[in-house]
Amino acid sequence: MNVSGNDDTFTTTVYGSRFAAQDLPKYEMPECEMPKEVAYRMIKDDLSLDGNPMLNLASFVTTYMEKEVEDLMTESFSKNFIDYEEYPQSADIQNRCVSMIGRLFNAPTDASDAQAVGTSTVGSSEAIMLGVLAMKKRWQNKRKAEGKDWSKPNIVMSSAVQVCWEKAARYFEVEEKYVDCTPKRFVIDPEETVALVDENTIGICVILGTTYTGEYEDAKAVNDLLIKKNIDTVIHIDAASGGFVAPFVVPELEWDFRLEKVVSINASGHKYGLVYPGVGWVVWREPEYLPKELVFNINYLGADQASFTLNFSKGASQVIGQYYQLIRLGKHGYRSIMTNLTRTADYLSQSLEQLGFIIMSQTGGQGLPLVAFRIDEKMGKHYDEFALAHQLRGRSWVVPAYTMAPKTNDLKMLRVVVREDFSKSRCDQLLADIKLCVSALDDMDKEAIKKNKQYIKSHVSHSSRATHGHDNYKNEKHSLQGKTGKTHAIC
Amino acid sequence: MSLSRHVDPDSIIDSLKGMHMSEAGQKHVHTHGGTHHITPYSTRYASEQEISKFKIPEKGAPADAVHQMLKDELDLDGRPNLNLASFVGTYMETHAEQLMFENISKNMSDADEYPAMMQMHSRCVSIIANMWGAQNGEKAIGSATTGSSEAIHLGGLAMKRRWQEKRDREGKDKSKPNIIMGSNAQVALEKFARYFEVEARILPVSEKSRFRLDPELVKKNIDENTIGIFVILGSTYTGHYEPVAEISKILDEYEEKTGVDIPIHVDAASGGFIAPFTHSGAGGPKWDFELPRVKSINVSGHKFGLVYAGVGWIIWRDESYLPKHLIFELHYLGGTEESYTLNFSRPGAQIIAQYFNLIHLGFSGYRSIMENCLSNARLLSKSLEATGWYICVSDVHRKKGVFKFNKDDPVFSKKDETSADYNEGLPVVAFRFSDEFKKELPHLKQETMSNLLRAKQYIIPNYPLPPNEEKIEILRVVVRESMSFDLLDRLITDICQVTQGLIESDSQDLSLLNGSKDSSMEKHVTKGTRHSKGQGKGGNKPMSEGVHRTVC
Repeated sequence: MNVSGNDDTFTTTVYGSRFAAQDLPKYEMPECEMPKEVAYRMIKDDLSLDGNPMLNLASFVTTYMEKEVEDLMTESFSKNFIDYEEYPQSADIQNRCVSMIGRLFNAPTDASDAQAVGTSTVGSSEAIMLGVLAMKKRWQNKRKAEGKDWSKPNIVMSSAVQVCWEKAARYFEVEEKYVDCTPKRFVIDPEETVALVDENTIGICVILGTTYTGEYEDAKAVNDLLIKKNIDTVIHIDAASGGFVAPFVVPELEWDFRLEKVVSINASGHKYGLVYPGVGWVVWREPEYLPKELVFNINYLGADQASFTLNFSKGASQVIGQYYQLIRLGKHGYRSIMTNLTRTADYLSQSLEQLGFIIMSQTGGQGLPLVAFRIDEKMGKHYDEFALAHQLRGRSWVVPAYTMAPKTNDLKMLRVVVREDFSKSRCDQLLADIKLCVSALDDMDKEAIKKNKQYIKSHVSHSSRATHGHDNYKNEKHSLQGKTGKTHAIC
Repeated sequence: MSLSRHVDPDSIIDSLKGMHMSEAGQKHVHTHGGTHHITPYSTRYASEQEISKFKIPEKGAPADAVHQMLKDELDLDGRPNLNLASFVGTYMETHAEQLMFENISKNMSDADEYPAMMQMHSRCVSIIANMWGAQNGEKAIGSATTGSSEAIHLGGLAMKRRWQEKRDREGKDKSKPNIIMGSNAQVALEKFARYFEVEARILPVSEKSRFRLDPELVKKNIDENTIGIFVILGSTYTGHYEPVAEISKILDEYEEKTGVDIPIHVDAASGGFIAPFTHSGAGGPKWDFELPRVKSINVSGHKFGLVYAGVGWIIWRDESYLPKHLIFELHYLGGTEESYTLNFSRPGAQIIAQYFNLIHLGFSGYRSIMENCLSNARLLSKSLEATGWYICVSDVHRKKGVFKFNKDDPVFSKKDETSADYNEGLPVVAFRFSDEFKKELPHLKQETMSNLLRAKQYIIPNYPLPPNEEKIEILRVVVRESMSFDLLDRLITDICQVTQGLIESDSQDLSLLNGSKDSSMEKHVTKGTRHSKGQGKGGNKPMSEGVHRTVC
């Protein structure tokens, strides 16, 4: 047989070359080159196993942007954002975004010396780490100045926080103090929160839009209590998801710099900021809240650049994408999109309620445009939310099921995130499929459900096919998840 | 076959017409958005109104108009390819670009949704670990990061936690950790020390140590509180590799004497993708996981890994060097993911591009690119020295073991020479005015060269060497893959021309030249550093206790 040899690179199509009959190099670098068309096609084919982002209702991260801005972003791929000297315009665009977002969050602008400061980050995780670091350093400086012990900082937050808060506390050695949720209440209780504050508290984290139920925590009540009791501590608002929703849907809600104890806010540009992954924002009320020793000045060609980030070189595309969205859409555009989403979410909630589910999320713009729901115990169903999630997987919808934050009686729930590209008609399709899956599950007995779950797990769900676990780190017991079984909602 | 009903198209068109007309007549809400335009330049942004800069505009604008306005504005950015200051990749093949574009919306942290991408991530880790001599019997573990900065933070934090755990076991004080690095370190290394509260022992570098970490000083500065040593494979100033093997030996001796085991983290941001491929290697016998003391290594995929900005890698030689306490387990629908990163959601396109490069280029592809870069760096260095005006501080163009300029060396190398015949290092050319030149024309400032070359679109920064040696200023050119022979030829001609012009110009002109600086940069700087009053300002003075830094 005449087998395609080593020397003939390909003359037919990619699939006629010898590479099509070989394994892709997986664990060691190949000795020789591979034609670029072949490498491209092989990788592209491999990636076709990835899920369809449009049907992924688990994630907040943007999956749609306009063609024009995609072009802009592609053209900027090769720009290194940190290189201010070479790309001054890109850097200037960041400053404009910070300033727009600061104003959107009502940063004080009237006083002549008022100057909110902020920076772009890779995402809200980096932004939160910077926020925690700034609060910690400021607290330490204060304690040092007072001649008091500064070795035992702690931070007060809800037990429904995203995992990066746990990370930030762990990595920067700050003790975590949790305000527990209850089976009825999935956000912090302001009284309880303030009661946890002591002299070692570096700050309080309040979430604008928890990842479980999308509710806005009551920042105003915490703020007012702090003032009433005359407690000297600060608030950081984690507005990762809510930062670009609340100002447009419920502008009257006071959660931002209008509250005097709020010193820093973070928001993810790649969630409802409507940009592809890779951009977040953090803004401080005053330079005073960003201790100087954390800001590094980088001398470059005689020009000083101030830098307070955990990452250095990174792509400039996303920041440019954010600026495009801000000026392209304007407040009016963002408002139309966000109100549309809220409307779709409300419609979905109502329909699900009619199907007999209990709705755990807020409607009418009082929370993020997401729908969290669970099966009513009174219905006496013999399957749980996870089974329904698996069943939906078979129809290629990714609707994740979670176990709630600790102390909520292991409440389980399903969550649908309504993103920009989730239109009313797709919502109807989802509803039809939920109905179908529920009736299919109703018809099955317990044994069959178990088998079915196994089947979907091994044949449909992607993650059981992919193995990226390390035995060494299995079953850690140090995080909220390891300790209480809370599963982190993806964001 | 499914049944379909007959549709009468006329009736539908009729009903649609009626609907559309009345809808459009009553509810055309977007007139203020300016949807009526022929080209982007006929919208309100063309002449009537400035693009909104500090506030979100109340009304939006059409997509093509905003696209055009931003594109025009971005023309003011420099040209990536002529930026000779940066290590970061500015060229990728169209196929790689295509792949990145197709995957621009994928989120790296969503393992459940993008399992194929996650597979590629683990393949890259494995390939890179192999490339750095991962040892049999050890389970190397690693992760992609946004860049080397994040990787260095993670590597440093793991060292700190291991040290804390050890001190806990021994029942000793753990409040005073310190870490050792040379003053040629990149800013991320110092940031790590500041943010994670570790005392930074920054050791001065000197001409004698060839501007690298001085092993003698390391000996004097280590103690039981040292969590580790950052050894830099490829100083960003002059491109020299720091002697990993030598430092490892010192630490071996120290452990023998005192029983204190100090690990090494190799910051191979630039060198990690060069040393494994070039004939010259890393100079010393070993630098990677073949040395038992090297516990972790980081590299920037977006430097000589040849990917666009936004990807770095960190690898630990064995999972036992990554404390469990730092790892978070995340459960997704049916899957589990371990996570040790500072960023969560972030783009995955760069990782795909990295995998593309690894398998597309292969070992021999990377080798020929790196050899080309080094060969071009040699040519540039030798040509500069041949003019007599310049002398190089970098040593990649000198025969192995030679570190002094010799007038009789030929500019063009022999045909079959490889980097193995020369000193090892990054393809970086750091040069300055020669002593004779300075003696003859003491009024000329090196900085002027940088400014004059800028007028020709080249960006070649001029900055002082690290503290202690800050009297010496250098001009630095990074020879990346896109610096082809032809472009190099132009560059050498332009440098010579500009220098000639500089020599001939009188002092009146010169003072004018030095007075004017790039205005857009000025403007940016005032905004960018407004909030950091009290921080060290002014170009050439060292910050209170800091280090001069370079962009890389």
